[in-house]
Amino acid sequence: MDTPLIEFKNVTKRFGTKTVLDRINLQIYEGQITTIIGLSGSGKSVMLKHIIGLIQPDEGAIFFRGKPIAEMKKSEIAASFAQISFMFQGNALFDSLTVYDNIAMPLRETTNLKKAEIDRRVMARIEQTELTEAINKYPSELSGGMQKRAALARALITDPQIVLFDEPTTGQDPVRKNAILSMIAQYQKKFNFTAILVSHEIPDVYFISNRILALYDRRIVFQGTPEELENFDHPFMDEVISSLEALQKELTGLYSKRQFEMLNHLQLKRRKTGEAYCLVVFSLNELNAVITKIGHDAAQEALRNMGLYIDKHFGDIGGFSTRRNTNEIITMLPYSNLSETQSIMNNFIQDFHKQIIPASQEKACKLASGESVEMTIRAGIAEGQSTTDIDSVIALAKSQQKEIGRLSCATGGVHT
Amino acid sequence: MAITADSQNGSESFFQRRPVASIFRPFAFVGRTVISWVDSMGATAIFLYMALLSTVGRKQFSKTVQQIYYIGARSITIIILVSVFTGMVLGLQSYHSLLKFGASGAVGSLVSLSLIMELGPVLTAIMITARAGSAITAEIGIQRISEQIDALHTMRINPIRYLISPKIAAAIISFPLLTAVFDLIGIMGGYISTVVLLGLNGGVYLHSIQTYVVMSDITNGFVKSLVFAVIVATVCCYQGYFAHMRKDSHGAQAVGLATTSAVVLSCVLILVSDYVVTSLLS
Repeated sequence: MDTPLIEFKNVTKRFGTKTVLDRINLQIYEGQITTIIGLSGSGKSVMLKHIIGLIQPDEGAIFFRGKPIAEMKKSEIAASFAQISFMFQGNALFDSLTVYDNIAMPLRETTNLKKAEIDRRVMARIEQTELTEAINKYPSELSGGMQKRAALARALITDPQIVLFDEPTTGQDPVRKNAILSMIAQYQKKFNFTAILVSHEIPDVYFISNRILALYDRRIVFQGTPEELENFDHPFMDEVISSLEALQKELTGLYSKRQFEMLNHLQLKRRKTGEAYCLVVFSLNELNAVITKIGHDAAQEALRNMGLYIDKHFGDIGGFSTRRNTNEIITMLPYSNLSETQSIMNNFIQDFHKQIIPASQEKACKLASGESVEMTIRAGIAEGQSTTDIDSVIALAKSQQKEIGRLSCATGGVHT
Repeated sequence: MAITADSQNGSESFFQRRPVASIFRPFAFVGRTVISWVDSMGATAIFLYMALLSTVGRKQFSKTVQQIYYIGARSITIIILVSVFTGMVLGLQSYHSLLKFGASGAVGSLVSLSLIMELGPVLTAIMITARAGSAITAEIGIQRISEQIDALHTMRINPIRYLISPKIAAAIISFPLLTAVFDLIGIMGGYISTVVLLGLNGGVYLHSIQTYVVMSDITNGFVKSLVFAVIVATVCCYQGYFAHMRKDSHGAQAVGLATTSAVVLSCVLILVSDYVVTSLLS
């Protein structure tokens, strides 16, 4: 492989008596998106601050294009760091300056460009990052997503060759998280910089990363592609699974599709080849008509309750669920065969009729204010093997679907 | 040499407590305190030196003018208010005291010399510390804890040049000017209380000033104000800049404590240095 752009050799950093990084070795290559993952407080940001020179290592050496930074002349270090931009976790925008002034600051302070040229470059970045309407606003007047975009525009204003992103999606909702990650991937292709991300948003960052570095227990325990990481057998991956389990999607009480895929992959790869698992597909028919009558929020609330109920019921036996389409929930039962799943489903249907349907029906009928509302809940089970393509198992489960419940309000009252 | 976020880490291990016999503990405490104090003095001196190196420059001019507005122009109201009453009360007290000795004609010189040599520079410095110094510490402290200063490092903008130098330059320009305003208004305050309110002859008041106040008194007063400017600006900027290094607190609380420390330390140093400068000049 080529000479790494940045290389850590036995880098150790201590704060007082606490060792944060312990003999770290890593390589970062040019033109790629490299993501450093690790749990919160594991020293990822400290590692990133070593790259930009904000923190110096207590032991070991950092190499830039094969040359140790400690042995570089002052002018060489300045030239190397001039190629790097940093996007802070908290954006670090100057709150007393407008968006325009924040973005223009690096050009005004570090170059001798004329005002008109600075204006041209700043306006170009503002347009690219869709901040035209926020140009004269102060950071405190912007939404979290806009602040991120302003910080990104400032990081990119000097056309850097390397951009470091410290937890770029922390605190963002799932929609914004995806938007920020897509934005990084899109700009990385557009401006062809080397991106180094620090994140604990697993596995969301996998989809844009060429290379993953895993920091665990003060050391780098993995360097490789996202695919290689999924087959990596290490206590770090147990931590990843537990962190995923804690990251259930707020809206439905279920996992996001990415989390579900990751969890599914990790669970199935632990099974012996040929071992069976089961999958249940729940469908809610006529959901759109219900949304029209009882409102979007109320329909989402009902869906969320249903999702939580499914998750609670099947979670106890190792199952995990995701919302596939607007009206579909898929539950994976990695440790159950077909007959066990059918028995579990029978119990589920009984409880579902007792606990969920009457309460949901009463609420829906109230909100429908006398209008006719009808929704059927269907479920189908299919058995698959760890080697089988999951989509074919889902298709099989859908073909096996039967009605397991019905929510109905007749015009002018409740219909049971 | 660059003062960076962790540039003081090296000194931490040096001052770490080591087990000592109980009999030596008071000595160890005194030793640590003195070493720590000398260390802080050294760091502050380097900080000031680096800030002074960057005060001049094409891009610095507008920032310095802006800071003169914040530190200087916006302090004028409070300076006028304090100086007029200081002059009035000084005139009132001096008049009654001197009247007992039949020397009420010297009240003008007493008021003006007190203001020009002592009260003007000292009270101006204390008032600016209270109004602008605390704001400087809080502003820089917040910029530090919200990583804005780290952001400057990453943008290859020298934070000391960008944030500190204009403030120190502005303080050096503003302090003597505000002191001059304080002196003038204070003398007018003395005139109001003694001449307008107590009936002293105005010509006597002004003649006494003309007779006893010499140029060196005014120069000494301005020398003091320059010394105070450097002390106040450096202490306030330093406390804010290193607010994140405080061992007694973190985050917003550290900024609050840094602001308190900056005001208290500045006031104490103003009075201490006042004595030292007076001794040296007289």
